[in-house]
Amino acid sequence: MTERYVIAIDQGTTSTRCIVFDRRGQLVSLAQQEHKQYFPRPGWVEHDAAEIWRNVERLAPLALSRAGITTDQVAAVGIANQRETTVLWDRRTGVPIGRAVVWQDTRTDALVNTLLGEPGAEEVQHRSGLPLATYFSGPRLHWILEHTPGLRERAERGEVLFGTMETWLIWNLTGGLHVTDVTNASRTMLLDVRTLQWSEQACEFFGVPRAMLPEVRPSVGVFGTATAAFPGVRIGAALGDQQAALFGQTCFTPGEAKCTYGTGSFLLLNTGTELVRSTHGLLTTVAYQLAGEPAQYALEGSIAITGSLVQWFRDQLELIATAPEIETLARTVSDNGGCYIVPAFSGLYAPHWRSEARGVIVGLTSYITKGHLARAVLEATAWQTREVVDAMNADSGLAMTTLKVDGGMTADNLLMQFIADVLDVPVVRPLASETVSLGAAYAAGLAVGHWPDLADLRHNWHRAAQWMPAMDPAVRDREYENWRRAVERTFDWIKPA
Amino acid sequence: MPGTVQSIERAAAILRMLAGGTGRLGLGEIARSLDLAKGTTHGILRTLQGVGFVEQDKASGHYQLGAALLHLGTSYLDINELRSRSINWADPLAARSGEAVRIGTVLEGRVLVVHHVFRPDDTFQTLDIGALLPLHATALGKVLLAYRSAGLPEELEQFTRRTVVERRELALALDEVRAAGWAAEIEELTLGQAAIAAPIRSHGGLVVGAIGISGLVERICDTRYRPHPRLVGYVREAARAVSRDLGAARH
Repeated sequence: MTERYVIAIDQGTTSTRCIVFDRRGQLVSLAQQEHKQYFPRPGWVEHDAAEIWRNVERLAPLALSRAGITTDQVAAVGIANQRETTVLWDRRTGVPIGRAVVWQDTRTDALVNTLLGEPGAEEVQHRSGLPLATYFSGPRLHWILEHTPGLRERAERGEVLFGTMETWLIWNLTGGLHVTDVTNASRTMLLDVRTLQWSEQACEFFGVPRAMLPEVRPSVGVFGTATAAFPGVRIGAALGDQQAALFGQTCFTPGEAKCTYGTGSFLLLNTGTELVRSTHGLLTTVAYQLAGEPAQYALEGSIAITGSLVQWFRDQLELIATAPEIETLARTVSDNGGCYIVPAFSGLYAPHWRSEARGVIVGLTSYITKGHLARAVLEATAWQTREVVDAMNADSGLAMTTLKVDGGMTADNLLMQFIADVLDVPVVRPLASETVSLGAAYAAGLAVGHWPDLADLRHNWHRAAQWMPAMDPAVRDREYENWRRAVERTFDWIKPA
Repeated sequence: MPGTVQSIERAAAILRMLAGGTGRLGLGEIARSLDLAKGTTHGILRTLQGVGFVEQDKASGHYQLGAALLHLGTSYLDINELRSRSINWADPLAARSGEAVRIGTVLEGRVLVVHHVFRPDDTFQTLDIGALLPLHATALGKVLLAYRSAGLPEELEQFTRRTVVERRELALALDEVRAAGWAAEIEELTLGQAAIAAPIRSHGGLVVGAIGISGLVERICDTRYRPHPRLVGYVREAARAVSRDLGAARH
């Protein structure tokens, strides 16, 4: 019998990847392509959805040939995607209308402030489980409809379609199926997170015509069969990238949590079928839903800037040539020298949700070298994790005992040790650091019976590395106190217009 | 006298120009000054850029000497870069072989462990990134000795009765490593333990590190006390995959 494989399409913020996984969940081949980032104005971030689809079409045969397989050996394809990014296109021609507005985009700044004062704002936030913020698709969609002449009328007539990235990809893969999954839908602010249906009230609040919204489906279950890129292969799953990582880490039981370190970092805690509402600045979100079963929920701590702070250090300050060199530079000194960097580049997300905050570097003295700055860059990721973990513990009433991690930054040994130190719990990396893709593959394979059940997937999880806390508690407390004082200095920087 | 390679002469001329100039130079300037076609010049610059000897300014498109030139002779590749680039291939190696994986490079006459993946059996294990191991008594070390001009260590310490401490014997063993393209170590550092390793190559085939597995001798070796060909295959495959990602052509 020839071995069968599952393919994940990981449509991320900076690149798109197609990854082939074997029966044991191990990576067989990978093809990756970055796409252009458009920054037309300060705070604006856009992608060309057509370019992203072309990349998928180009990467598909590449991933197959690198694995030495053909589509008839592929059991299913799963999608994991950057969340909240908003795409609009013409139903008849399939051509995108304007560029996709990316989750990091803060053009809805002023709009969000206005919306917060309007009647119904409370209810929208309660129903969606999300705070009104520039981060989510709803305000963004409202903005686009307001700023494109004639668009709302066309949308009302059903000529214009809305989707997040997975919706756009499935539309193109299948030649016209307009669907989303519950995890992505739960990031729009338009979904009633309890009923898992589009909320009439939210649609009205954001002025979004119902006709442009995709059909909401479970995350794990056959969406359709691809006619392009992977012709003949069933699309078995679609999940937001962070939910996919939770799935890839096999956090299927309430109480299990993971943190993915990428451009931003996202800590998700499985809360089971119970919908937990945070009182400490976390989001209520759908973790995943298997077809025919109730949805599983999660609490999420979203951190906007972690890996992208390292990128900024590399590309804007040009103090290092490649991202991993941050560790080499940081190891030239033994501590941060009293310097702290709070990367509130687009405000602060969890647990603060301060859109008017902006980044600071504090504690500068003539003693500070680029080595100290490199340390402060890495430490910022660890302290932001600590703030989110504290909020999780407060909301759940339980103390986290280990942190499962994944994502590109887990290759940074100094950072992983520092996270263990500041959380005072062991930090564990699984044998597959590509958990976003793996989660999409697992979910798709599960949908078509390639893997029998969740328990079977768990058998594939193994510990690849573990960092044990080793910091003097007095040092930890002092440093955390300094960090919190640094965070306070970011507040109230942007003044209301 | 054997013939010279024209493109290397031209590359050297370009580097001299960039080193002598007052700053960044444009493609047109370089091509004009050396009386070369723009296409040829661009091809050479792209190649030099690929190996890190030249950098291109994003805004102006102008060229300057690259950081790698400054580090010539110190380190071939940043160790954290090496870990970051190999992590995706070290994991599948651990999964397929069922053994612990380590990646090493040379530091002051020893093997520096730059990456470590636990044996995937979920038993308690401790990360030993940063540990230093003897070159002559480990599979990683033998690979690094075989492919790098570092020369043999002054003193060959005896760890077990199987440790190779005769210089001539070690030199022969390293010849074998080069011929085979991989190295093994069987109870030469610790009784009951064995290891297999293969070279990680970068641009032009330069060996920048070694990747290998290690574990109980009865799991690593067959009944003839030789490494399992299946495991050797996994190690070499992983080494090739990392090398490919680092820009090495097929070896």
